[in-house]
Amino acid sequence: MTKLFATTALVAALAMPAYAVQPAEGETLAETQTYTYWLLDAIKSLDPGKNTDVEGSDVLRQLFEGLMNENAEGEMIPGVAESYEVSEDGLTYTFNLRDANWSNGEPVTAEDFVYGWQRVVTPAFASEYAWYIELMNVANATQVIAGEMEPSELGVRAVDDKTLEVTLSEPTPYFINTLSLATTYPVPRALVEELGDAWIQPQNIVGNGAYTLASHNLGVEIVMQKNPEYWDAENVVMETVRGVTVNDNNVALTRYQAGELDRVQIPAGQFPRLEAEFPDQATSVPYGCSYAYVFNLSEKGPEVLKDQRVREAMALSLNRDVIVDQILQGGQRPAYTWTHWAINGFAAPEGGMQDMTQDERVERARELLAEAGYGPDNPVRLQLQYNTDENHRLLAIAAQQFWRPLGIEIELNNVEWAVHTDRLQNQDFEMARYAWCADYNEASTFLDWFRTDGYNSGKWSNAEYDQILAEAATAEDTEPLYRRAEEILDAEVPAVWVYHYAKVDMINESIKGLPTENLRNTWYAKDLYRVAE
Amino acid sequence: MFAFILRRLAVAVPTLLLLIVFSFVLMSLAPGGPFTGERALPPAVLANLEAQYGLNDPLWLQIWNYLVSIVVHFDFGPSFVYPDRTVNQLIAAGFPVTLTYGGLAFVAAVVVGVALGVAAAIWHNTWLDYLAVGISIGAQVLPNFVMAPLLVLVFTLWYRVLPGGGWSFNDPSFWIMPVIALSTSYMASIARITRSSMLEVLGSNHIRTARAKGMPESRVIIRHALKPAMLPVISYLGPVFVSMITGSVVIDIYFSTGGIGKAFVDSALNRDYAVMMGVTILIGTLTILFNLLVDVLYAWIDPKIRY
Repeated sequence: MTKLFATTALVAALAMPAYAVQPAEGETLAETQTYTYWLLDAIKSLDPGKNTDVEGSDVLRQLFEGLMNENAEGEMIPGVAESYEVSEDGLTYTFNLRDANWSNGEPVTAEDFVYGWQRVVTPAFASEYAWYIELMNVANATQVIAGEMEPSELGVRAVDDKTLEVTLSEPTPYFINTLSLATTYPVPRALVEELGDAWIQPQNIVGNGAYTLASHNLGVEIVMQKNPEYWDAENVVMETVRGVTVNDNNVALTRYQAGELDRVQIPAGQFPRLEAEFPDQATSVPYGCSYAYVFNLSEKGPEVLKDQRVREAMALSLNRDVIVDQILQGGQRPAYTWTHWAINGFAAPEGGMQDMTQDERVERARELLAEAGYGPDNPVRLQLQYNTDENHRLLAIAAQQFWRPLGIEIELNNVEWAVHTDRLQNQDFEMARYAWCADYNEASTFLDWFRTDGYNSGKWSNAEYDQILAEAATAEDTEPLYRRAEEILDAEVPAVWVYHYAKVDMINESIKGLPTENLRNTWYAKDLYRVAE
Repeated sequence: MFAFILRRLAVAVPTLLLLIVFSFVLMSLAPGGPFTGERALPPAVLANLEAQYGLNDPLWLQIWNYLVSIVVHFDFGPSFVYPDRTVNQLIAAGFPVTLTYGGLAFVAAVVVGVALGVAAAIWHNTWLDYLAVGISIGAQVLPNFVMAPLLVLVFTLWYRVLPGGGWSFNDPSFWIMPVIALSTSYMASIARITRSSMLEVLGSNHIRTARAKGMPESRVIIRHALKPAMLPVISYLGPVFVSMITGSVVIDIYFSTGGIGKAFVDSALNRDYAVMMGVTILIGTLTILFNLLVDVLYAWIDPKIRY
């Protein structure tokens, strides 16, 4: 993404007309416009303020609309906000809202946004995603969450019905990028105050998105219908959107092949076969998550890992090509940086491990281990913890095999998810598998993780690194800063990068308009259409 | 008999109470909580959540509040993971589903299982016996997590006659595969138990006497053999019935029925404390009730048994 900080560039971008769906030349629309997609699990919540997961976000994005939307490339385009201005100091954003209605015909006002945001940080509302408003750096968010200030003191206010003003606690280059997530959606204040928690029940719910909820059978199916009240309804082609829960990926694939679903994830290892058989349906696109083995460098961590040479040897000798090409086989890429390769405005540092052959890397790893006093005769013994999952298990076994010949003996420690995360957060592990997914399309979403005050389960800490990321928050040109940050990570090895994710799906070839370059695979049903077969 | 039932019901109350306290304590000992995830929540956010759900109270107070809310309001609390719903709503949505396919599967398993078992015993060591034993061994060794995806492959992908999953109370085509996949292994067990019990009864003195008196064979079997032979089957059926109507996680996952079998396992993995307690209490109560029913049936079938 180009830096969103230059105000003039921004307003220009927003002056473009909203992106309208048009079948390409030679395409005929199908008579029934229905899109049926796969859900791994039940939708946990339809309350934008309480949603925490991807499946819920996918539904809420159709039922509601925030200030900004994303286009097929993951760039921010106008949603309810028609345009906005940023103050000189980068602390105040003023959004001009378009004429839009709720599905009950009432107008969407700035007050609905204020109410929605205040609600998320209200302590008694107890939203897990209150942290997101903090991440956005909305002024006073932290104090409101802690109960030290009133929700009304949050840095968001309605200047008038169609003007929303947001005050930030510090300049935040990625602020605009945060505005397409459900947590920031408006909430119909009048209705919520009238019905309380029941406003979210299927028979009551009111949204401002391109679709309305038709039915929701928890854990079975959710059906949405085109919303005639939506401001851009004339450009919405898709009439019905169905999310169907299938808890087993292989069964879901069978049901896709039987024509019950239009889109399904391809189970690990099956992409090459399906791509050969169905080249028009099997797809693999970059997906903004990175997979790593994190070292515990805290006081509770093992002594041997405090030796940087040992960590470096492990990073060098992990054969990522085998993991990606032989095990995952779905277009994932070997990782040599923490930041996903496809993140906008990110360029990986040159040289280093990437330019070496695997044999050279193993050779160098042996030297490093020997210097540190380890080898097959005096092996390093470590425990690798991972949560229950077939792929995590396969990768851990592969890693064990790559490291054993060098004298690194890995004991595998499989625990269930809740135990895994609990131990990570309490530094009760030696090495652990971890994955992080981008909250927004900018490198800091990954790099912030390793800040001393970041999530940073391994408790690695580096003053220069912290300094660079603090600078990046307000810098005009962040690319060299982020590259330098990755260099520091590369030198100190707080974790072994394993691979960068891809989203590997079967997609019915008559469905058009799904994004292929959006790193978080943010899709809008209003951009889709089905062509006649 | 009436006094016996009353006595058993009186014992059920402390049993359930013990179950609740024990489960509650075990649950709170499990590492992690409903709000642990990839991201450690900021302490203030976590504190708000814990306050909201009463998790910052001492354990004894949490248990007390929970009991009061169940007994006084019949309120099993809000779900931690499904914030839009209460446990009562979740059970009210999921239990009818498993009750339907589980109940049908139970009937199918009992009817087919008993018929196979009886036939095998009567025509002991004939081809019919071998066939019945063969079928039941086959059904036993083909676990439902293999059978479920196979059924979807055959009936949904190849023949395209049944929906591959989902649920509707109005459309029985959604029920067929769950019922088959759930009933087969129970059916096999019932057939085996019926067969061996029937063989034992058929070799006993009172049957020989009945035959010696010239009683018609059909009457010997139906009146004098089948009834006593059913005793071990019935004691097996009590708990089986409960576990079938409260659903199977395998069936719920492969056929995505939205039933509570999966909800139970998920709630344990997600540390959704309230849902876990709610389903535990449901299963506990049903188990106690159906064990009582089995005991009553026993006395009815075998007049020698007196309580």
